[in-house]
Amino acid sequence: MNVFARIYYSLSKASKAVRLYLVIAGPGIVVMVADNDAGGITTYAATGAKYRYALIWFLLILIPVAYYVQEMTVRLGAVTKRGHAEAIFDSFGAFWGWFSLLDLMIVDWLTLITEFIGMTAALAIFGIPPWVTVAGVIALMAVIVLNGRYWTWEKIALLFCALNLIYIPSAFLVHPSVHDILRTGLIPNFAGGFNGQLFFYLMANIGTTIAPWMLFFQQSAVVDKGMQEKDIPWGRFDTMLGSVLTVVVAIFIVVVTGTVLPGIEIDSAAQAAEQLMKTDRYVGTFLAIGLFDAGLLGAICISLASSWAFGEIFGWAHSLNTKIREAPWFYASYFLTLVTAGAVVLIPNAPLVLITLFVQVVAVTLLPAALVFLILLLNDKATMGEYCNTPRQNLLGGFIVISIVVLSTLYGVSVMFPGLFQ
Amino acid sequence: MNTFQRLRATIADINRRYQTPRISMSPAVRLSLMALRVYLLFLVGLMVYRFVVLVS
Repeated sequence: MNVFARIYYSLSKASKAVRLYLVIAGPGIVVMVADNDAGGITTYAATGAKYRYALIWFLLILIPVAYYVQEMTVRLGAVTKRGHAEAIFDSFGAFWGWFSLLDLMIVDWLTLITEFIGMTAALAIFGIPPWVTVAGVIALMAVIVLNGRYWTWEKIALLFCALNLIYIPSAFLVHPSVHDILRTGLIPNFAGGFNGQLFFYLMANIGTTIAPWMLFFQQSAVVDKGMQEKDIPWGRFDTMLGSVLTVVVAIFIVVVTGTVLPGIEIDSAAQAAEQLMKTDRYVGTFLAIGLFDAGLLGAICISLASSWAFGEIFGWAHSLNTKIREAPWFYASYFLTLVTAGAVVLIPNAPLVLITLFVQVVAVTLLPAALVFLILLLNDKATMGEYCNTPRQNLLGGFIVISIVVLSTLYGVSVMFPGLFQ
Repeated sequence: MNTFQRLRATIADINRRYQTPRISMSPAVRLSLMALRVYLLFLVGLMVYRFVVLVS
């Protein structure tokens, strides 16, 4: 075989692999990028403003953390062909099943409210009234979901994921010092010493990396997409790519606020966008657009996570591949969650700050249970067969799960008792 | 049968279907479920305490 033939063969093999990946790509990237939701953007913006680039190394550690947890949902979904809620009911009985389902419903609904808070605040910067934002978002999500095809929904969601990359040009526009980023950001250090406040920020960053809805969402998405055991390697690659993307976006947000707003206390991403508008109109606009996109992407995924879970347990048709008349309860629960969450934001003097804090507290009642169930299910040889966790995966996964449980619990407790780590 | 009765019947059916946990109850599984119960009781206790402190 001559050189040209060899090059042609390699290129055609690579192009075939890319095309195959584009068919499989979806749940991993969508769930990971959606993890950078309105709450996540606020956490990263506040981290950058408070510690500049000093915690970038910590964000990099979150890549394997997010990957190892979500990879388990890919395997579980592809092998069992069941969502996480159904798997919990079936394996651990009705008590733990109802606990997980109802807790998921509450956490998702509260989180959805925070996404609407983020979206309305972002568009308010451009003078758009909240009711227009809420109505527009619900209409847009109806159009996306009611087309009756999982594939179309997923590709539209991927488009919004691409918009999440808007933080990358923003970072270039503020001209950060690459030397400073490399010098202070990549070497593990605790800026200003390890104190309660730094610990709070570390916990907040961990808390935004893995949310309970992500486990339920990705497993159900893998099932709805129809992924098989043979697709697991692609599912893993998809999840890894998503983990890297989500952390890269987070780092660029930290770079933006670390460069332009050092030392400023940030309470919300919208506040950061307003502050940035004063310095650089384009960067402020980009941050506001990114915040809206993050809220929208979060809302798209979170509302589906609940509807899928209820459909699995109540035996309703629960696929995006079905039309509204074939799965009326699935779509009814989807829109009920969405409309009520949007309506809460429009109530005058609604306790929105309290709701935002309460989400963190309720989430820590579900997250440890969902993670422990995940590890136990992945060790069920009778169901998982050759896809069962290996001792190495158990050691690594167990360490990650315990770390997440401890840190997210402390974060939840610190929200209840604000002075605890100050 | 009205909607409420239908919902009750569906929930009863779900409870019947998932009455027995299918996973084999090894010591590790038992220990994990026990730890989860203790954890949740602790957390709910903390929330109730916080609520009482806030109200009073």
